[in-house]
Amino acid sequence: MNMAQDEILIRGGRIIDPASGVDMVGDVLVSGGTIWKVGKKINHSRSAKVYDAGGLVVSPGFVDMHAHLREPGREDEETIESGAKAALKGGFTSIVAMPNTDPPIDSEGMVRLVIEKGEGAGAARVFPMAAITKGLKGESISEMAHLREAGAVAFTDDGNPVSNAGTMRRALEYASMLECPVVSHCEETSLTKGGAMNEGAVSTALGLKGIPSVAEEIIVARDILLSGFTGGRLHIAHMSTKESVDLIRRAKKMGTKVTAEATPHHIALTDELLRSYDTNFKMNPPLRKEDDRMALIEGLRDGTIDCIATDHAPHTEIEKDVAFDDAPFGVTGLETALGVLITFLVEAGHLTLEQMVEKLSLSPSKILGLSSGTLRPGAQADITVFDPHLEWTVSPDDFLSKSRNSPFCGMKLAGHAVLVLVSGRALYESSKERMAPRGNQPA
Amino acid sequence: MLNRKDLLGLEDLTKEEIVTILDTASSFKEVLERPIRKVPALRGKTVVNLFFEPSTRTRISFEMAEKRLSADTISFSQTGSSVSKGETLKDTAKNIEAMEIDAIVIRHSESGAPHFLARNLDSVVINAGDGSHEHPTQGLLDLLTVREKKGNLAGLKMVIIGDIAHSRVARSDIWGFTKLGADVSICGPSTMIPAEVEKFGVRVHTRIEEALEGVDVVNVLRIQLERQGQPLFPSVREYAKLFGIDGEKLKRAKSDCIVMHPGPINRGVEIDNEVADGAHSVILGQVTNGVAVRMAVLYLLVGKSAPFLPLEEGEKDH
Ligand SMILES: [Zn+2]
Repeated sequence: MNMAQDEILIRGGRIIDPASGVDMVGDVLVSGGTIWKVGKKINHSRSAKVYDAGGLVVSPGFVDMHAHLREPGREDEETIESGAKAALKGGFTSIVAMPNTDPPIDSEGMVRLVIEKGEGAGAARVFPMAAITKGLKGESISEMAHLREAGAVAFTDDGNPVSNAGTMRRALEYASMLECPVVSHCEETSLTKGGAMNEGAVSTALGLKGIPSVAEEIIVARDILLSGFTGGRLHIAHMSTKESVDLIRRAKKMGTKVTAEATPHHIALTDELLRSYDTNFKMNPPLRKEDDRMALIEGLRDGTIDCIATDHAPHTEIEKDVAFDDAPFGVTGLETALGVLITFLVEAGHLTLEQMVEKLSLSPSKILGLSSGTLRPGAQADITVFDPHLEWTVSPDDFLSKSRNSPFCGMKLAGHAVLVLVSGRALYESSKERMAPRGNQPA
Repeated sequence: MLNRKDLLGLEDLTKEEIVTILDTASSFKEVLERPIRKVPALRGKTVVNLFFEPSTRTRISFEMAEKRLSADTISFSQTGSSVSKGETLKDTAKNIEAMEIDAIVIRHSESGAPHFLARNLDSVVINAGDGSHEHPTQGLLDLLTVREKKGNLAGLKMVIIGDIAHSRVARSDIWGFTKLGADVSICGPSTMIPAEVEKFGVRVHTRIEEALEGVDVVNVLRIQLERQGQPLFPSVREYAKLFGIDGEKLKRAKSDCIVMHPGPINRGVEIDNEVADGAHSVILGQVTNGVAVRMAVLYLLVGKSAPFLPLEEGEKDH
């Protein structure tokens, strides 16, 4: 398909737009890069391209606020271009590139480089997040105002915590002027040093050094207190434990400006899977226990956890094909997120499709202050059309990401994007020969 | 015979498999009491001993077992920490694969290293101790020792004392002894008790007096004085006082209890001379049984259908 930029009519799909409370079968008309009209049946001009979305879901494009694109520095693992293309295939129309590259994104030039490379990729939009501290060293805060001005959507030292509470205090204080969140990687490293997986019965059986859940919770608690104290907006990245969820829940009740994300792998998997010493299950924070997993799901359901982010962390096969302790932390996630979430959240009965769509589009857009995440007329036409029933098996050979380190390899999932529009342009459409829809029943 | 390619740990062995290994080991002990202590079971087979972590005892025990089974053996030791241990392991595996050997005995400081090799190689992989995970042949020789002294293991009360968190011997013993019906408890400073270890079906004590009460078997672990990182107890002196096994503390155990230690011993720290060399000690018997158990494992995994018979007089020089 080679749709022009002018008019596209997406016809007869189930339109889910949490921002406007719409959940109905109808048409979406896109014109000039924006959403023109949403309605039961839309009359269209003869020149409009028509896409038959019968049996499919039409939703705002997904936004991933946590992806490691590895450029500059590790282009063998991923580039901004390969990451943006993988994102698009996964249904994401916008992704946020994390700043722990080499060199890190801590200067205006680096912020602009990411933006330019993102634009050049011609795939999902790429927004840079910039470092909280210069050189990600955890010492003095970066030139946040300049970085913001250059286009950084938020600040994080992700990959590492800001260990010094004084530095974190200054970061939250300073960022409060800039109306954007400080994103915290919550890890008390004196408790996690040398750890390879969640501390518990499985780490004990495997003889691997554990990463205790309290190492995350201590910093979640610290940063909530600092957020309350400074008035700065705090966003907790990849939360993984039950107590973290409880801490956020209480903080929100008390009116603290805190938001939080969980990843598909923490929502779907537990540390039991590590018994094979398979390094594709090695990530930080580590896969936790079933109790923690259920607490994350409850947190998503009651709004404690605002959004879902992939923490896409590509690594080469050579890096991962070693003994467990030697392997780097991290798993890819852009191309599997939707299938994992439909399979483990929606089909499992934990979240409605509408709730899932909100966690993937509207919520992250709001947190980052982006204009995406809605199908309201006048909004930019970032749209994901997906088949919630399409069954597929995760085969890393099909990945557009440069890396293959997925914990979902070989797993059968339900749900895949079939058409993705960015600014009204259809940049991704799945080939029907390869992925035949299971049926055309409405979702 | 064992219906598996590798021996990686006792956790995934069945009770029947463990008994098969112990019975085979007992038969080998008989064979070895004959004048020619060698059988042709692994003649023509090649076994490579890969020791990435120093262990004279275990290496010699394996080499001895291999020689008594008439295998060709190559031993390779690489100690000292290389920056890219993982890559070394992968390269080593590939090289070995190219040499068409039959079995690899591996000792490695990283938990799961034998599993990594087993996944990548067609040859038999035998775990001779991996990180803090398992040391299955040590567990088996402990089982054989106790079975010889006490007969049936079911219902026996055993306590394992020391740094359970970092001990691969403790893990293999816990799996092996509980599978054969023994009542296992563990004891050590609370900093040395690993997370959720009760889930393995053991009781946890931090007071040695309670732990020793009425036990049949005491297994004393070696305290790693050289262990890096945060100290797990304030001083050796305090450890020896609280957890070191001496004659006085041992009085709480059954009068016919046996005392084991995987060696090498820090005398006066985890165990004092009086106990280590005393009437209850079976420490030297463990060493003998180590060879028999390793022969049994090699025979069952590598020898398969080879005859069990001793060599004829004239064959002894092969
Ligand atoms: Zn992180």
